[in-house]
Amino acid sequence: MKKTIKFIVIPFAVLVSFAALVIVSYRAARPRYKPDNVTDLFYDLSWLSDWPKWLDFPLSFPLNSGFDWIIVNYGLFFDGINNFLLGAYTLMKDALVGLPWPIVIALIIILTYFASGRRVGTTILVAFCTFFIGFLSPRYWDKCIMTICIVFIGMLLCLIVGIPVGIAMARNKKLRSALLPLLDLMQTIPSFCYLIPGILLFGLGAVPAIIAIFVYAVPPLIRLTDLGIRLVDKEVVEAAEAFGASKRQKLMGVQLPLALPNIMQGINQCTMMALAMVVIASMIGTRGIGDEVLLGLQQLNVGMATEAGIAIVLLAIIFDRITQSYGERLQEKTQPKKKIPNNAKN
Amino acid sequence: MPKIELKNVFKIFGDSPQEVLPMVQKGATKEKVLEDTGHTVGLDDVSVGIEKGETFVCMGLSGSGKSTLIRHVNRLIDPTSGEIVVDGTNVMELKEKDVLEFRKNHMSMVFQSFGLFPHKTVIQNVAYGLEIQGKKLEERNEIALNQIKAVGLNGFEYQYPGQLSGGMKQRVGLARALAPDNDILLMDEAFSALDPLIRADMQQQLIELQSRLKKTIVFITHDLDESLKLGDHIGILNDGRLVQVGTPEDIILKPADDYVSAFVKDVNRAKVLRARSVMLKPDDFNGRDNKPVDTFEVHEDVFIEEFLPRVLQDRSTVIVVDSQGNSKGQITEKELANALKKSE
Repeated sequence: MKKTIKFIVIPFAVLVSFAALVIVSYRAARPRYKPDNVTDLFYDLSWLSDWPKWLDFPLSFPLNSGFDWIIVNYGLFFDGINNFLLGAYTLMKDALVGLPWPIVIALIIILTYFASGRRVGTTILVAFCTFFIGFLSPRYWDKCIMTICIVFIGMLLCLIVGIPVGIAMARNKKLRSALLPLLDLMQTIPSFCYLIPGILLFGLGAVPAIIAIFVYAVPPLIRLTDLGIRLVDKEVVEAAEAFGASKRQKLMGVQLPLALPNIMQGINQCTMMALAMVVIASMIGTRGIGDEVLLGLQQLNVGMATEAGIAIVLLAIIFDRITQSYGERLQEKTQPKKKIPNNAKN
Repeated sequence: MPKIELKNVFKIFGDSPQEVLPMVQKGATKEKVLEDTGHTVGLDDVSVGIEKGETFVCMGLSGSGKSTLIRHVNRLIDPTSGEIVVDGTNVMELKEKDVLEFRKNHMSMVFQSFGLFPHKTVIQNVAYGLEIQGKKLEERNEIALNQIKAVGLNGFEYQYPGQLSGGMKQRVGLARALAPDNDILLMDEAFSALDPLIRADMQQQLIELQSRLKKTIVFITHDLDESLKLGDHIGILNDGRLVQVGTPEDIILKPADDYVSAFVKDVNRAKVLRARSVMLKPDDFNGRDNKPVDTFEVHEDVFIEEFLPRVLQDRSTVIVVDSQGNSKGQITEKELANALKKSE
């Protein structure tokens, strides 16, 4: 029974659908590309030398009409998303831009100091990088704040979606095999392919950039969360099960803490990719440090582009150091490497 | 009624085990099933009853299905067909939530590579079962401390598993399994990863604990000596089939088939056989004319190795007695020679 399906039914279905596609494309092709009569194709075989113009699957047409249909019918839905993200972005940006710059630097120092578990070296490095952004060019300060806000909101979105999806993938084999090609697609499809529709759906500005960051940066987080959970020692998970732990207890008490190194790696990758996306997003008019790079390139001003590039690298260092040192601190809690003094009393 | 009972349990690994089941039930061998259908037979018609308070050792080589078997008892693996009854409850009928309750309150497990939580301290590891049971922190710490003391690890409560040696880790594993005070203990090759000295030490510790606690223990091992030392009953698995179940003496003296005899061929019989199982009953020696001159008494549960040297040295005869001192039989050099001779 299974063999018939595998060797007869499936190949047959594939052949039929292929033939259907060819017929559809032939019918949809303009008359002047086609011979007057279908049967001519069998006598005049010249169409075999160059790719015939009638053999052209009209994919862009249904995609265009589908996209129009989405805008007309679900415009409100996208407006809602737009307003929400834009609201969050504006709120955060206005607050940070409004603050005097020494206070912003002080806030970042405080954040780093506590997030890294009171590591002085990391804090000094981050403070220095923050200072150097404005020091490079006073224009960069506000622009970098805009970029930080976009990246931050984009990453928040990635975390909210990415980690639960990663967990679900680790648990469900079918979901994993369904999602993996989608993740590949998200990573390989050129970013302009969704930046431009993003503009149509959300307008120019920060929101399509946030969406683009999400599409581009969420796959590594999902992959590494999934991998991290699946790599947790099987016997340890089995031990939790054998003691009657529920799925939730297993996840929160054992799998997530032990998958943390991988998840932190995913968050790190997510950050780096988000920052890489910022420059590309500037091409659709997203304000931020990316447009300085773009401007420099457009004016063939290599120095200016490099200066802005350095500012982005500094931003990356700031993001990376804060998240990584926070992750390391979490891991130290869960997986101590150092010898812990024996303070047991009998 | 047995505490744990497996009735005609089959387990087949693969895409569509139910379709392959009839073939296995008709008696197809593991190799044939694998060749024809690509399915692996884990357990093949296993039925066994394990009594309350005994140590049942399940022995077999790797791939014989012993780890699969033990995971059926707490339903970490579901059988393809068959019944598993624990304490009169058919475990197969439990819903998912009840299975969790059942694991929490009836059984604990010890693992080959310990299965300790690397991110928890020793005391948190030991208290894990209690935590899942929903006990309060003070209560579970108190119980956990006692268990840690019982396995001789006091002073290490706040260390992490990564800081302990293999033997110490398995003590933590044992303490963790004992902490919830469940009456069934599943031990999956618990001592196989330990070096021989520590292993013997742990076996001794288990025997002592068991003499006090009287748990029902299912112990998996690939080591015959270990199974003979620990087991009240031993089940020998080969290719998913339970080929023989019996006491250590049964296995040695009456191997059920070639597989088992090959297994027991090189065993040191003097270490395994007890006076009771090799002695001549009164009916057998009453006919003899020469009364033994030089005799000494030995309890019926004593292993041969303990009185063997004395018999050889003095040419004396052993009078086997029970706990009340009544004579049950006698052993001479001849019986010893017969008992220790390898079966061909």
